[in-house]
Amino acid sequence: MPIEIKMPALSPTMEEGTLAKWLIKVGDTVSSGDIMAEIETDKATMEFEAVDEGVIADIAVPAGTEGVKVGTVIATLTCEDEEDSAVTMPKAEVKATAEPAKSAEPSTVSVSTPQPTAAPVSKSGRVVASPLAKRIAAQRGVDLGEIRGSGPSGRIVKSDVEGAQDSTPSETQRAPAPQAAVDAVPDFSIPYEAEKLNNVRKTIARRLTEAKQTIPHIYLTVDARLDGLLRLRGELNKALEPDGVKLSVNDLLIKALAKALIRVPKCNVSFAADELRKFTRADISVAVAAPSGLITPIVVDAATKGVAQISTEMKALADKAREGKLQPHEYQGGTASLSNLGMFGIKQFEAVINPPQGMIMAIGAGEQRPYVVDGALAIATVMSATGSFDHRAIDGADGAQLMQAFKDLVENPLGLVA
Amino acid sequence: MAEQYDLIVLGSGPGGYVAAIRAAQLGLKTAIVERENLGGICLNWGCIPTKALLRSAEVLHNMRHAAAYGLAADNIRADLDAVVKRSRGVAKQLNQGVTHLMKKNKIAVHMGEGVLKGGGKLEVRGDKGTETLSAKHIIIATGARARDLPFAPADGKRIWTYRHAMTPSEMPGKLLVIGSGAIGIEFASFYNDMGSEVTVVEMMDRIVPVEDADVSAFLEKALKKQGMTILTGAGVESLASGPNGVKARIKDKDGKVSESEFSHVIVAVGIMPNTENIGIEALGIKSERGFIQIDGLGRTNVPGIWAIGDVTPGPWLAHKASHEGVIAAEAIAHALGNKVVHPHAMDKRNIPGCTYCRPQVASVGLTEAKAKEAGYTVKAGTFPFIGNGKAIALGEPEGFIKTVFDAKTGELLGAHMVGTEVTELIQGYVVGKTLETTEAELMATVFPHPTLSEMMHESVLAAFERALHI
Repeated sequence: MPIEIKMPALSPTMEEGTLAKWLIKVGDTVSSGDIMAEIETDKATMEFEAVDEGVIADIAVPAGTEGVKVGTVIATLTCEDEEDSAVTMPKAEVKATAEPAKSAEPSTVSVSTPQPTAAPVSKSGRVVASPLAKRIAAQRGVDLGEIRGSGPSGRIVKSDVEGAQDSTPSETQRAPAPQAAVDAVPDFSIPYEAEKLNNVRKTIARRLTEAKQTIPHIYLTVDARLDGLLRLRGELNKALEPDGVKLSVNDLLIKALAKALIRVPKCNVSFAADELRKFTRADISVAVAAPSGLITPIVVDAATKGVAQISTEMKALADKAREGKLQPHEYQGGTASLSNLGMFGIKQFEAVINPPQGMIMAIGAGEQRPYVVDGALAIATVMSATGSFDHRAIDGADGAQLMQAFKDLVENPLGLVA
Repeated sequence: MAEQYDLIVLGSGPGGYVAAIRAAQLGLKTAIVERENLGGICLNWGCIPTKALLRSAEVLHNMRHAAAYGLAADNIRADLDAVVKRSRGVAKQLNQGVTHLMKKNKIAVHMGEGVLKGGGKLEVRGDKGTETLSAKHIIIATGARARDLPFAPADGKRIWTYRHAMTPSEMPGKLLVIGSGAIGIEFASFYNDMGSEVTVVEMMDRIVPVEDADVSAFLEKALKKQGMTILTGAGVESLASGPNGVKARIKDKDGKVSESEFSHVIVAVGIMPNTENIGIEALGIKSERGFIQIDGLGRTNVPGIWAIGDVTPGPWLAHKASHEGVIAAEAIAHALGNKVVHPHAMDKRNIPGCTYCRPQVASVGLTEAKAKEAGYTVKAGTFPFIGNGKAIALGEPEGFIKTVFDAKTGELLGAHMVGTEVTELIQGYVVGKTLETTEAELMATVFPHPTLSEMMHESVLAAFERALHI
């Protein structure tokens, strides 16, 4: 039996990916665990390992192909005792992103052997669709994420999929698709060089547009004295030097935000359409600038972790992020985010919420400022921190409480190591 | 001053009373108008009392076959009066149940004949005089009645409609049933089991003509084996009532006319909507062959006037009426400002049908022939009762379950069953169809053993050449 190797779903939300690179060629013998290909998802490039043993009989999807749907046959493996000639390949359906979707060849799909297909998902999360709607969409190459369901609670049913294909794209009722807003950019004959968007950039564009368009943000700013925190950091680093741990200010701020969220649980929430999810753990997504674009690896349960552990974890995550090697579980999730532009001298800024989280903390530069201490002007190291809150889920007063708790923890940093 | 309601429902059958309850649940001030019995035909003169009669016939049949189960029963006889009395008792119990439901939901019940007066007004002519009610919306749910043969109207003596057939004072010795739809075939089955000599005349080329052809053929064979005479492609030319019986001239499928005498005749040739004298003409409500025309939510062409159930186009089934009642009530609540409810238009492809003859018949969706007609490439599977352990243990090894799929998408297009208790099985497929499952989900479902429902699984497997126990 030839074994069909299919485009894997490398994350729970992955619908399609770019087959960045093949590390094998036809005729190669592979065994379980061999790296066969590099696949670029919307967030990272990941290695794709062989599960079965055999000889590569065919490579159906060439390297560099974009938009390869999960479940598409990308290669075929024969067991050693078989003849290669016995392999016949169904043509893989490859949807070029620049072209309108072409329908798949239905003749290659036989209902008597149902293909195990990954659950279709929308770009914003799970798509609720009937099994029949999913199958027809797969057969016709229709993206369920683009369809509005007419069933109970917006469930996509057969007639929605058929309707989507019958109508011309402009008539199709589409779910808000942020990309559509930039579909037609006029060309003013200004010389430019076009760079194709990578998947990370596309995801950033979509998610940030979604956040700004759908989440009513409110912004609350506090100034916090850093002298105590800097002094503590110096002492801790001296003490931890033998362990090879070097705490950054950011590591301490991650801990401060996590603790503040536990102290003010009303801000550790997610607005989920018909319910409010109140998290009992603070997982902090930390914005990291990677070569391919912004990514936010997560420090899980940061409130209960020691600062040394946070520092070690953060260093490993940041390294992985820069190499594009983060695993999906390392960047998907989080209950709140932290973004720090202090190192660039940014005094203060407002960050965009990372949906479906309820808040993000934007950290400005710690700088010496005139500061009133006990009624007299003095000089202190001060930073401005601005929280952006999802006002649907969090009231201003609750957000203010969180900012206050955060400020307290920063200014009295022993609370961070207790 | 007319009493003012959000909604008045005209007729309290399974469509009307359910619509009223749903409306009341949604906070609408609701009234219901009924001229005879709360619960309508279904509870009082239809579905329920006939099921009581058929149950008696089934028990009688089982007693006669006691020996097959290693049991002995002597002096078996049927007491027709007691059988009818039980049936009426069941109807009465349910009628009181509806009375209770109206009270519980604070629905005002107005007994009398309702006439639409326009402008949201409805006149009720009752025993205590005439009153005028007023409402923002009115649902017409007046139902239907048996259609008469033009040359021989039912008289209740020897020529019966279902209603007379339900409360017989004497056992028909030799019974002619005209029409082999659900009503005709159920009474034919009942009287055949009770001991009458039964002849069924059907105009179409097969009995239960809305069912799959395989089901019709199987049922015809089964009923003939029970001693019934079945004439398909045949018609009754005339009926002449005499003191000792009815002479019927029957034209057979070859065009040959012969005369036979029967003690009684049941006319079951379809239904007529109850649209007379309720004022629909004056309001300009559109109807076709008497049936009020509606959209998927139950709206007529006149704003504020809705219609549901048997007074609208078919299928004429109680559960279709109830479902339309719920949809209309929700659509009305929505129109009156409740934006939480989202009524969904009726999808007639997913309405099951059940016939309680022995063996029972149940189906949903397209027959194999209709599916092919509609242009589908069909995959059909059939699994027989003889391959099912529970059926054999029950001593009921006759029947089958057939499923029809679209070969291209795996959509379950229809399911057709004949055999013992299939009326209780069909809803499994109805749920699946409503959720738009494909063969894959049905195959992946675990069916309990030992049950008749295992045949539902096997039938799906059979459609894809994977049946296990055959």
